Amino acid sequence: MRPLIALALLASTALPAGAATITAAFAANFTAPAEALAEAFAAETGHEIRLSFGATGGLYTQIAQGAPFDLFLAADDVRPALAIAEGLGVEGSVFTYAIGRLALYAPEAEAADETLLSSSFTRLAVADPQAAPYGRAAVETLAALGLGEALADRLVTGQTIAQALQFVKTGNAELGFVALSQVIAEPSATYWLVPDTLHSPIRQDAVLLSDSAEPEAASQFLAFLRSDAGRAIIEAFGYGVD
Amino acid sequence: MTELWPTIWLTLRLAGVTTLALIVIGTPIAWWLARSRMAYKELVAALVALPLVLPPTVLGFYLLIALGPSGPGGWIAGLWGGRTLAFSFTGLVIGSVLSSLPFMVQPLRIAFEAIGEETLEVARTLGAKPHQILLRIGLPLALPGFAAGSVLTFAHTVGEFGVVLMLGGNITGETRVLSVAIYDYVERLQWTEAHLIALGMVVFSFLVVSLTMLANRRVVRAW
Repeated sequence: MRPLIALALLASTALPAGAATITAAFAANFTAPAEALAEAFAAETGHEIRLSFGATGGLYTQIAQGAPFDLFLAADDVRPALAIAEGLGVEGSVFTYAIGRLALYAPEAEAADETLLSSSFTRLAVADPQAAPYGRAAVETLAALGLGEALADRLVTGQTIAQALQFVKTGNAELGFVALSQVIAEPSATYWLVPDTLHSPIRQDAVLLSDSAEPEAASQFLAFLRSDAGRAIIEAFGYGVD
Repeated sequence: MTELWPTIWLTLRLAGVTTLALIVIGTPIAWWLARSRMAYKELVAALVALPLVLPPTVLGFYLLIALGPSGPGGWIAGLWGGRTLAFSFTGLVIGSVLSSLPFMVQPLRIAFEAIGEETLEVARTLGAKPHQILLRIGLPLALPGFAAGSVLTFAHTVGEFGVVLMLGGNITGETRVLSVAIYDYVERLQWTEAHLIALGMVVFSFLVVSLTMLANRRVVRAW
């Protein structure tokens, strides 16, 4: 009996009182920072975060169908607002946790921007402009540069920004519009950071979901994202903060 | 609805070309599998059946690399000045042929095996040459197998999703097929369009499957 009690005591000290497990649905472009944030948050509070990644549109559809998520961290500000309007999200909990930066990635080219402007390529990968905010920003950038129509038949569309990157990485497209966060670890000569004046801002909003089983711990995580420690992690991965 | 026509036409064209290609490619493979006495032929049969159990993502991943600039596909595309076979109709046909291979070869093999050694033996003793046996006896007697294989291949290609998703690049009129279009519409919250195609697919698949079953019954009765 005594070892059992000792074991129970040990277990209770290992986890701080009231440690919760929360499930967060993250936009796929935020994979790396999300993992770092979850780890830092767990170290600070003892709450564990289970991460689920997907395309924002797909995640929203799952949430609308009752997926058991506590938090929704989208790649845009449309779906979180929609979640509030549909009663899926908690009013007043929405805020911008990251501002995405668009990068033109061209690992084989001399200079990504010149390759684009001189049209010396066959395929340009983008994310689906109707579903993915980075895809929309890419199309806006092309229009701002006056290239929209000229390059329309060279575009190949990935379902997500991750697939757009995959098309470039496998060499099937010479260049692609991706998130800065995806290529920030690569040599800076391989990408061109698109000036954010060329497209409307990519605001990535977070929202607490109404069906959350752990609203307190989930709110704590949202507060952590806004803390100095949280913002430092987000900025280190190539995102802006408000 | 009008924006769907290129997608519907492309899907049917892909399924049609894939079916024709597989009749040409699948017939010799199935004939060999049915007639060969080699012990290792079942290993080849297993290889042919692999797409049945492999996740389409495995095929899609390998094809994305193989069709790209550093694979054989890039070399072939280079013959007419391209740099990759991905994102092209040709690329999708290659992917669909591989993923539908068992749907053609399996029914054909069964049909060829059903002909029986005696029939062929008789033809041989009457002086028929191997190619005559295949063309005059094998193919006509295996017609039900060709019908079943073609219908299954056509339907499976219409329903193919994973491979196309991974190497298509979603270009309207070139690589955007119906199954991918549904996925997009759901993602974009355009559920009306998604419902429309999804229902169409259910009706189409039901028709195909019931036609196959009815045809099977008629063939069995005719025997």
